[in-house]
Amino acid sequence: MSLARPRIRFTSVMLVMGLLFLYVPMLVLVVYSFNASKLVTVWSGFSTQWYGELFRDEQILSAIWMSLRIAFFSASMAVCLGTIAAFVMTRYGRFRGKTALSTMVTAPLVMPEVITGLSLLLLFVQMAQITGWPADRGMMTIWIAHTTFCSAYVAVVVASRLREIDLSIEEAAMDLGSPPMKTFFWVTLPIISPALAAGWLLAFTLSLDDLVIASFVSGPGANTLPMVVFSSVRMGVSPKINALATLIILTVSLATLVAWYVMRRNEAKRKQLLKATAD
Amino acid sequence: MMPSRLSAMLKRWQLGRRAVIALPLVWLTLFFLLPFVLVLKISLSEAAIAVPPYGALVEYVDQTLNIALNLGNYLFLASDSLYVAAYWGSLKTAFIATLVCLLIGYPMAYAMARTSARWQMILLLLVMLPSWTSFLIRIYAWMGILGNSGLLNNLLLGLGLIDAPLRMMNTQFAVIIGIVYAYLPFMVLPLYAHLTRLDNALLEAASDLGSRKLNTFIKVTLPLSMGGIIAGSMLVFIPAVGEFVIPELLGGPDTLMIGKVLWEEFFNNRDWPVASALAMVMLLLLLIPIVWFHRYQSREFNE
Repeated sequence: MSLARPRIRFTSVMLVMGLLFLYVPMLVLVVYSFNASKLVTVWSGFSTQWYGELFRDEQILSAIWMSLRIAFFSASMAVCLGTIAAFVMTRYGRFRGKTALSTMVTAPLVMPEVITGLSLLLLFVQMAQITGWPADRGMMTIWIAHTTFCSAYVAVVVASRLREIDLSIEEAAMDLGSPPMKTFFWVTLPIISPALAAGWLLAFTLSLDDLVIASFVSGPGANTLPMVVFSSVRMGVSPKINALATLIILTVSLATLVAWYVMRRNEAKRKQLLKATAD
Repeated sequence: MMPSRLSAMLKRWQLGRRAVIALPLVWLTLFFLLPFVLVLKISLSEAAIAVPPYGALVEYVDQTLNIALNLGNYLFLASDSLYVAAYWGSLKTAFIATLVCLLIGYPMAYAMARTSARWQMILLLLVMLPSWTSFLIRIYAWMGILGNSGLLNNLLLGLGLIDAPLRMMNTQFAVIIGIVYAYLPFMVLPLYAHLTRLDNALLEAASDLGSRKLNTFIKVTLPLSMGGIIAGSMLVFIPAVGEFVIPELLGGPDTLMIGKVLWEEFFNNRDWPVASALAMVMLLLLLIPIVWFHRYQSREFNE
């Protein structure tokens, strides 16, 4: 295989084309956020006025703040629930309710959002009728909805890490008399902490991004960022949204870059350590 | 250790074990399973001008229990060609989009799996990064590109390839582009995971035994990556069937999709029972793909 003369492979061409397909539209968004004209498709000079307008838009700013808060709390709760679910699925062998649990953990991954949103709203309405809680829908109900579907993603990420790690470390701790709880917090948790971080970040972006489920379970007055963007975009293209898009793309790219750098440094450190112990 | 102390400890562990299992099980039962039961219940009730806007299924009037099961909503769905067309349109659009995703995603994942470990990491991040930005904004990007005076038409007109702007916005074409664009990373990811696990020795063995490249691909690579193909396809197809944002922003009057119809039935017509019946039928249609995906995913859990 290595003897093959350098030539352009079909799959490599497709990879480059695929990446162009993914990135060109986002690049277009960024470029036109600096357009002076209100028309998003005609270029009429460089300007940063739309960023100014974006930062003066009270509605968008308060929606960003609300979305960030919901995403933070949803991601944190989803990491707790998802990690427990993943641990139970991978470490507990057979138990009653395992099939039910594994079904309920994986189903939210593919469930169409309109179904999830509708069903949760009906639950909240029914609950309010019977118990009087939740009296009004808003941040709390969105938090519950987001936690539920995000914990499924966290469970998948964490479970794949739990399957990879060496069981003998946990077994050694247990053999030495460490109770299960202590073993989990002092042995297992530190090993899977990168997966927890990845799961938290994934849950955070998923919650931040959700429009459909939040629209169903939200009440009057509670508007998340996607809801505000959607109602604006429905009216047609607007450069202010391009400016917002640019900031989002910039933030995510920077965060990814930092995560990649940290990951690479840890990997290098681990290799060095392995080499040192081998010597 | 004293046997009695040991058994007490074991009992405590057993109790702790049950509590740990119960936590996710109770949460998901309450906020995932129970809601579906309610959707089923409300799909069987009658619409009413009330808060909430549906009639009671079970009533206790004059010391008799009245149970009013109402299949009318389902009959209504079957009798109205709008709904049938919307289901058909959703399945067709999602199927075409999934196929296109697979045709683009498979060579991409294949090329990724063949590069060095360091490049694999970078390429994986590059493929996934768009999906971490914002779904809504990525669909919005295509509104500016596909419009009548959009970027693509301007480009084609400028190059002299067309004389008049093509109508691309608000068509099935735009919806399919939108789905492919939004869901491509979710197709590539499982495919890549399977292809990178593929043992090179198998391919070399096939080649040593005189198998041609295409033959090796069909007989070795393709079957071994089947799990990835199924997982990727289901990750695209199932959400695409219920998609609301894409047909709403890129579609037009002739691109009927069930997610959008459900949304309008719920928010505009405020007909909760019909919206619930729509959701139940959609779930029924998606049951086989969901079970398929779940089988594959639980195999991953237990591996």
